[in-house]
Order: sequence, then structure tokens, then C-alpha cells
Amino acid sequence: MLQILAKSLREYKKASIVTVFLAILEVLFEIVIPLCMSNLIDFGIEEGAMKVVIRYGCFLLIFAVLQLITGCASAQIGAKASAGFSANLRQDIYDNVQTFSFSNIDKFSTSSIVTRLTTDVTNVQNAYQMIIRMAVRGPVMILFSMIVSFQIHAGISMIFLILIPILAICLYFIISKSHPILVRVFGTYDGLNNIVQENLKGIRVVKSFCSEQYEVEKFKKVSETIFRDFVKAERFIAFNSPVMQFFMYGCMILISWIGAKAVVASGNNAAVGLTTGNLTALITYSIQILMSLMMLSMVFVMIVISRSSAGRIVEILQEQTTIHNPKNPVMEVKNGEICFRNVDFVYASKADKKVIDNISLTIHSGETIGIIGGTGSSKTSLVQLIPRLYDVTGGALFVGGVNVKDYDLDTLRNAVAVVLQKNELFSGTIQENLRWGNPDATDDEIKEACRLACASEFVEAMPKQYDTYIEQGGANVSGGQKQRLCIARALLKKPKILILDDSTSAVDTKTDAYIRQSFAEYIPDTTKILIAQRVSSVQNADRIIVMEDGRVEAVGTHEELLKNCSIYREVYESQQKGDDTNE
Amino acid sequence: MNKKEGTPPMGPTPPMGGMPSVGKINPEIMKRLFSYIGQYKVYLVVVVICILVSSVAGVASSVFIQILIDDYIVPILSMDSPVFTGLLKALCIMGVIYLIGILATWLYNFLMVTIAQGTLKKIRDEMFEKMQRLPVRYFDTHTNGDIMSHYTNDTDTLRQMIAQSMAQLISSLVTIVAVFACMLYQSVYLTLIVIVSIFLIMQIVKAVTGKSGFYFVRQQETLGALDGYVEEMINGQKVVKVFCHEKESKEGFYRRNEEWREASANANGYANSMMPMMNALGYVQYVIIAIVGAWLAISEVPNLTIFGMNTLTLGMIASFLTLSRNFTNPVAQLANQFNSIVTALAGAGRIFTLIDEEPETDDGYVTLVNAKEENGELIEVKERTGIWAWKHPHGDGTLTYQKVEGNIVLEHVDFCYIPEKQVLNDVSVYAKPGQKVAFVGATGAGKTTITNLINRFYDIADGKIRYDGININKIKKDDLRRSLGVVLQDVNLFTGTVMENIRYGNKEASDEECIEAAKLANAHNFIMMLPNGYQTVLEGDGSGLSQGQRQLLSIARAAVSNPPVMILDEATSSIDTRTEGMVQLGMDRLMEGRTVFVIAHRLSTVMNSDVIMVLDHGSIIERGSHKELIAKKGTYYQLYMGAFELE
Repeated sequence: MLQILAKSLREYKKASIVTVFLAILEVLFEIVIPLCMSNLIDFGIEEGAMKVVIRYGCFLLIFAVLQLITGCASAQIGAKASAGFSANLRQDIYDNVQTFSFSNIDKFSTSSIVTRLTTDVTNVQNAYQMIIRMAVRGPVMILFSMIVSFQIHAGISMIFLILIPILAICLYFIISKSHPILVRVFGTYDGLNNIVQENLKGIRVVKSFCSEQYEVEKFKKVSETIFRDFVKAERFIAFNSPVMQFFMYGCMILISWIGAKAVVASGNNAAVGLTTGNLTALITYSIQILMSLMMLSMVFVMIVISRSSAGRIVEILQEQTTIHNPKNPVMEVKNGEICFRNVDFVYASKADKKVIDNISLTIHSGETIGIIGGTGSSKTSLVQLIPRLYDVTGGALFVGGVNVKDYDLDTLRNAVAVVLQKNELFSGTIQENLRWGNPDATDDEIKEACRLACASEFVEAMPKQYDTYIEQGGANVSGGQKQRLCIARALLKKPKILILDDSTSAVDTKTDAYIRQSFAEYIPDTTKILIAQRVSSVQNADRIIVMEDGRVEAVGTHEELLKNCSIYREVYESQQKGDDTNE
Repeated sequence: MNKKEGTPPMGPTPPMGGMPSVGKINPEIMKRLFSYIGQYKVYLVVVVICILVSSVAGVASSVFIQILIDDYIVPILSMDSPVFTGLLKALCIMGVIYLIGILATWLYNFLMVTIAQGTLKKIRDEMFEKMQRLPVRYFDTHTNGDIMSHYTNDTDTLRQMIAQSMAQLISSLVTIVAVFACMLYQSVYLTLIVIVSIFLIMQIVKAVTGKSGFYFVRQQETLGALDGYVEEMINGQKVVKVFCHEKESKEGFYRRNEEWREASANANGYANSMMPMMNALGYVQYVIIAIVGAWLAISEVPNLTIFGMNTLTLGMIASFLTLSRNFTNPVAQLANQFNSIVTALAGAGRIFTLIDEEPETDDGYVTLVNAKEENGELIEVKERTGIWAWKHPHGDGTLTYQKVEGNIVLEHVDFCYIPEKQVLNDVSVYAKPGQKVAFVGATGAGKTTITNLINRFYDIADGKIRYDGININKIKKDDLRRSLGVVLQDVNLFTGTVMENIRYGNKEASDEECIEAAKLANAHNFIMMLPNGYQTVLEGDGSGLSQGQRQLLSIARAAVSNPPVMILDEATSSIDTRTEGMVQLGMDRLMEGRTVFVIAHRLSTVMNSDVIMVLDHGSIIERGSHKELIAKKGTYYQLYMGAFELE
């Protein structure tokens, strides 16, 4: 796992190493300085030797300046390294997500992708920052402190060798108890956020059914669970400080006792043994050792907490797209001919249900095809195979005479324009949104596309026309207007195949007819596939495909189907009920 | 020497988004925050005492070593046969003090957990509760991401502040005061030096936190922008794929990511360099005190203390040096906490703004009750009878009951969402009980707006809307909405079982009633084909179901609420006409005797309405039955037959 994360370090590897190195330097200073201080006291102040005081004072000042430089440098470089690392990590995740096919996207829900890009990366960043500054510092500090302590007085320093492992065990115990609870809490937190999200999106439903109190109760229940769990976990962690203090104070007393005896034994003579200055130094070092252990435990907790975040990041980094470009891709789509040959399709997650069952079909270039069928009859699934948004699981699909798997993906998708059922516009001007179809489109081409899609009237009625800003999610345009803009966007691609998946459901019948008319007039060579609910939308198609349960029930013209297909007849009649003045 | 060991940083630090902090500590917000913590008054008092005790123990430990040396070890050195009992006694006393200190530390940490989490829970719950009462307008004008960040980011920075910073604050303050007193006890002259250096340190702290504060705000902003971009793009990832927009998408991300990276590197860089700076200053201060002190002692300058004059011994200087270390450390701790406190308060400010938002006003006093008819009179009952009545308290104290029939009247209604754009113009609609009224018209003509008004999601500017003759402003909003069954264009299912989602329409419905409703909506068949049938858990707004299936559930949900009036806004737009036909049969049964407002594009849906209203740019231009309107050969006729433009 670490290896995969480390790949995102790249240009910040150097900075990270430098930070670690600087942290070690800092440690050295922090060890030398108390030594200096104690010498200042012992040899300077105790002796009343001004010169000595000044001499050690100067040393201290030099060390202080050096430590300042290394400390600030380490802070700046460390921050740069960790910010850079997480920026890279985010970019790597995002770039990988951009390669995802629809089935990859289905595997990770959109909200989980967003969480991984945001919360999880932040967790890892915090952990990383702590690690490069403290994780190395701790052991080095402990090591050096111990070395110096042993040099001062080996006997007393033995205490450390006993106490430190015991303290480590205590801290480990605390962490191991609290960790599983913490993991559980974070899961519950997700649930809480989910409730809030659903309430925000569905506030009208909540209010219509007067469920405000019901939702509040739901929320409070989860909130209570979080409260209890967090309290439980943090109560364990609350033992950290007292345990630390226990060892620290205990250490001080022990050292004081043994040290006092040693000082007396040596007569406070540096040449013989322990002096009072030494004793002060020993105590200072003992505190430093224990504090370092404490810091290490904090780093450990940090790592443990961010472990699950790291796991989720690695999971998404490792995900390979299921749809690849072939080795020598075909770079041109000749025409809009589509050929299904014994095509089967299942969704990866529900592999037991055949969504498309042995469909064979040929659509000629320039034909207008209507697809009609009941809810859940797989119409959308069928057309999504054409631009390779999903791959067929059996049989083969040909566009322009070539198997879709042999095309360069971008070429194929530029030649096959799909207007999805769910119409998404993005924040930006209308122009910017439309240019998704063709970044190099001229203004005239944009106006033309809007005219064909019956969008130009309402766009030009807006104060800023094509420069009107579209809010997030297209909130300031109505459903029908959104659909028409999406159709215009697709038209800008000048595709060989145009697929409209129920894209006129929010558009009134007259506009619908007008759009189809413009298609027939201005893009006669484009193969047009229209999935619709209204018979009136597909009536005038060259051929109509009736789908049921993933199979083609019947294919034919409107008249043929009325005669031969009972399902089609039913649909037609249910929509024409009671209309006397039929044209 | 005695760094306060805080609890390790907890939990995920969620993305920061939202309004920038002002870089200062706002006392108003602090006060308000304390009012939430106030529910734990007793705990707080205990906590403060414990922190005091713990800090005292800490301070004691720092002076202890010098006292030990001066008063116990040195005398022993001059003894011929060393006697350690004095020392032993002193150590025991210290041991006891330490033990009390440790217990105090544990106790306050323990209690602090409850205080912090409890306060957060209270704020969280209140925020959600208040949010539920906000008018629809608030949700339409604020992005979901922005509101969400109140629950995630803002609450989390608060937690860190309450759990860690608060305790740190108090203990640092206590230590500072205690040590200061000790220093004055030792020597006022030397203390003066400390004061001067502290002043210098504060200046530096101000400068550095100014810089780091600025960059933290920037980090929040850029992360918020990044989050917004990510949410939008990932939610529309399928469109990105379809339009081969991956490269531009990556570039857009890269730009925003870079901005964040810069801000974060600077913010943390400055914040983390504070400690080294304070340390360095601490050493400088140490040296100055050492030199000055030594000179004072050697030159035997009389020493001023708060208790009078005495001579400065070298031992006192040594001990003073240690004390001074224990003074600068807490100051550094405080400075370190500054940024997190400021950020947390900014978050708290945003939360309080949300809590303070005006809730939906409701001046209604007429309520909806269950009733039964007895001897021609309406009597209120508790159980659901299928008969509803308006309970109307009058100004003179009397109470009248009126049967709910579903007579809805709109009279000369004007409305606009924003002042510049009039959406409804002098609209008048008359719906008799049991009538089916259809609204047709071009998109944006105002059809959904009418339903927003009947529901009182928004209130009208001019005109009157009456329900069974009662002005709807007089009816309590909850009761008004309970009497209306709504099926909206956006289905919005909730995480839960299918049964729970259907039951959403009427929380007291039995399982049988829910299944009945599902059968009515023609949803029963596909539900039974789901892995766990009615107990199948739906997640992500019913993402495992097709659009049409979701709509059928939405219809079932409305059906189970069995209301006197129903509003169907494009309720069957994603359902094929065959299925719609089947649903229609059940709907017809359901609609018998009830008033129904239908908004649709489909002729088949609209055709058998009693009255059809044609809307154009917010005004009703035609009304009549289908036959009448076709005969008129007006707009309606053109809509369904010809090429009349309604834009």
C-alpha cells in the first residue's frame, strides 16, 4: 500500500528527505542545548565565573540561531512537501477517475469518489505531515538522549530501559482499545451526512409529507450513536495524558532519589561522579525521552486513523479502466451504419440478469430509428453499447463496418453523440457548455445547433444570451430548456450517429415535432436513434424497434407495427384515446 | 519542560469550505459557544479545578528539582554521615502531589470528552432541527455543498477546539500565572527581563499568525472551490465521458488543485515555524537572564522581590532560569492554538448564522382533523376514518368544523421568485371537489409554480388562494400539506427499505396498506422481483431502480397518504404509456371524489381532465375541457396538432 501512495511523491521526494534530515538536526540541537544550559549553571553561575557564563551564553546563542534556521526551514519545507504530496495524490486519483468507464463509475458511487478525493486525502496529508516531522524525530531524540544520559551516569539511565517498554505497552493498549471504536464512528458519521444530503435534496418531499419531525428523530438517533461511540473511544484515549504524567513524575522521583545518593557519594565533584548539574540534566533528558515517546504514540494514532483513508485511496488508484483503446486503433468512422450481431449484455454488478439477450439488428447510415418499450426493457442499455460506454458481454457490435472495439475511443465517441436521459449542464456560460460538443465551434455553428434543437428562441430571449451563466446543476433553466441545450451540445459534434435517450420527455409535443423536423431537414445523413415514450415522437421514423425484456419484440414502420405488433398497438391506442380529430 | 500533552488529533479533518474567518477572535461567538457548553456547568467547574490542580502539580515539578538540590542535597553534602530521611520525606510529599495531579489530569480529560462531544451533539441536533423549519426558498438559494459543510467541516473544527484548545488554554493560563508569581517571588528585576522578552515574542506571534491566518483562510477557500468542482464533475462524469471532455476536466482540476497546494504549503509553513521561533527566543531570553543574573549576583546588587529585598544567590538564578523556561513554553502553546481557535470560531459563526435563519412563518390556526359524520354533524375523532375536517377556531372563541371537500380557488394570483421576473400574472383557477384540473403549457410557463403556491412552499404576493373557502394563509402549513398529496417531478427516495419509503406518505400505515398502495401504482410486481422484496434496502436515491420504477414508488407513496387533494407534477413522465395506462386505472379509482391537479406534457395524461388550463408566460390563456379546447382551435389545439410557438 505504501508503495502505491509513494508514487505520488515524485518531485516532493527530495523535500521530504530534507525535512527528515532537518528534523534530525533539530533533535541534535535540542539535546545539546540542555547540556549547554546545565554547563552554564554548573560551571558558570555556581562558580560565579562571569567569563564562563558569557562563553556558554554565546554557544547557546549560536545554537539558538542554528535551531531557528533549521526549525523554520524544516517547517516550510515540510509543509511544502506534504501539501505537494497530497496535491499530487488528488491529481492522481482524479486523473485515474477520468479514465474510468461507466462500469468503473458504477462500482464506486459518485459520493464515495468525492469523499476519497476530499476527506481521505486530507487525512493522509495530516498523517504525512506528522510523520516526516515527528516520526523520525522521536526515535532519534530518544536514542541521543539515552546516549548522553548514559554518558552522564549509566546506572541511573538503566531506569529508562525498564520504564520505556512498559510505557510503550500501556500506550499501545490504549490505542488498540480505542481504534476499533473510532473506525466504527467514522462509518456512522458517513450515515449522518447521508441523512443530511437526502434531506437537502428532497426537502420538498419532506415538507410535502410533513416529515420534518420524523427526519429530525432519524437524525437525532444517529447523532446519539455518534455521541456514545466517540465518548467511549475518547475515554480510552483520555488515559494517555495521565499515564504519561505518571511515568514522567515517577521517573523524576526515582532519578531524584538515586541521583541524590549518587551526588552525595561523589561529593558533588564532577571528577568523581554525579554533580547537581548532572542531575538536573538527567531529569531534563528523562522528560525529553518520555515526551518523544508520547509524540510517537500520537503519530501512531494518526497513522492508524488514516489507515482506512489510505486504503480507500489505494483502492481507487489501483482501479483499472475496463474499456481500453486497442493497439492499433482505427481513427476514422466511415459512416453511421450500426450492426448488432448476437449481442448479449449484463451489468457487472447484477451478472445473473441478462439485460440484453441475443439481439441482432442492422441500422443503415442515415436512417431514423425509433425505439419504444416498457419501463426497464433495456432501451438505454442497448444504445449505450454503441459508443462503447459499456462493452458487450457476448456477440459483436459494428459501427461503420468496423467492430467498436477496434476504434480509437475518442474518435468513436466524437462520431457517436449521445444525449443521456439525465441531462447535465455544468456551471459556466451557455456557450461554454455547448462547446463541450466541439471546442472549436464558431459562433455561427453554435447558433445553428441551437436553432436545430429549438433552443435559440429562449437563449436569445435571455439578457446575456449565449453568455448567460448556468448555475450548478442548471438550476436557472427549466427542465425542457436543459434538454434542448443538451441536444444542441450533441449536435455540435457533427456526429455520424445521434442518439436521443428520451431526451424530449420534458418538451411539449409541438416542439418535439419541430426538432425532429429540423433533424430530417438539416442532418439527413446522420443516423438518428430516438428512444421515446410517445408514439408521436417515433411515428415518422424510418423504422421502429419495439423492445421488451431485453429482446427485440418487433421491427418495422409505424403502419407495419400497428398491424403486426400487439404491444405497439396497445401503446399507440393508449396515447390516442378519445382523440377525434386525428391527423 | 512541561508541555501540556494534548490528546492526539482526532478523526478526519474534512474539507474546508465556506466563508473566510476575519483573523480575529470574535467574543460574541465565544460567548454563544459557551452557552452551549453551559449545559455541563457542574462538569466545567470540576474540569477547571482539575486543570488548576494538574497545572499546579506541573509547576511544582519544575521548581521541585531546584528546591531538591538547594534545600536537601546540598545540606546533606556538608554532613559527615549523610542522613536521607529529610530527602525521603520531601520525595514522598512530592509523590503525593504528583499523584493528585495525575488523578486530576485523568479526571479533566475524562470529563472533557463528555463536554466536547455533548456540546457538539447539541449544536448538531439544533442545527438540523432549525434547518428543517427553513422555508423552501433557503434551500433553493443555497447550494447543497455549502449547507453540508456546516455539518462536516465547521462542526469538526469546533470539536478540535473544544476538546483540545480549551483545556490547553486554561492550563497554559494557569501555568503562566503560577510561574509568574513564583518568578516575582524570586526576583522582580529578572522578571522584568522576562516581561520585555514576552512582549517581543507577542509581536512576532502577531506577525506570524497574521500571515498564517491569511493563508489558512485561503486554504479553506481554495479547498471549497476544489470540492465544488469535484462534486460537479464527478456527478456529471458520464457526460464527461460521452463528450470526451476528460482532458479539459483534468486541466480544470489541476488549476484549482495548484491554488490549494500553494495556500496549504504557506499556511502550514508559517504555522509550523512558530514553535522554532518561540524556542529560539526562549533560548535568547535564557542567555540574557543568565548573564544579567550572574552579574547581579556577583556584583551583589540588592535584589527586589515582592516580599522585600534580599540578596540574589547563584542558586536562585539557576532556579529562575528553569522557571523562565516554564513561562515561555505555555505562551508558545497558546500562540500555537491561536489559528485553530480562529478557524473554529469562524466555523461556529457560520453554524450560528444557519441556526438564526428565519424559519418558515406560519400564522395559520386552522387545523386538519379526522372526523366522522353523526346526525349530520361533524365530530372530531382520533383514528383515521377517511373523512377529514377543518377545525376552525374563531376570534370569538367558537369552533367550527368544516368537511374537507377539495374545493380549491385561486383568485387573481400574482407571483415572482425574484422581483424582476414575474412568473404568474393574474391567474385564476377554480377547481370543484372531485375535479381533475390539468395545466399545460410551454416549459417555464408557471405550472410547477402554481403547485408551489398551493402547497405554500412560497407565498403569493397578490391575490387569494382558498381551500374549501378558507384562505390558505389561515391554515397551518403542516395541516395544509397533510391534506395535499404530491407527486413531484424529482422523486427523491430515502435510504431505507422499499416499505419504509412507501410508508413515508403515512407513517401510521400498516404493511397491508402500503402493499395495497404499491399494487395501485403498479409497483408491486417489480418490488416482488427485487432481492428482498419490500425489505430491499434502497440507497442513493433508489439508484438500483430505473427512473420509471422510482416514479411508481413515488406514486405509491402519495397513494398511501390518501389525501383529499392530489397534485401530480409530471408524475408519469418517465413511465412508458402502457404502464402509465395501468397506473391510470388505479389512479382513477383513487381520484374518485378527490380534486386532482395534473401537470403534464402528454396528451393521454391530460385528455380526460375535467378542465384544462393552458398557461403561457404566467397567464392562463385558455380553459375548458379537451373537446371544447380542440373545437376552439386555439393554442391548445396548436400545441397538440400544429406548429404554434409558445416561447
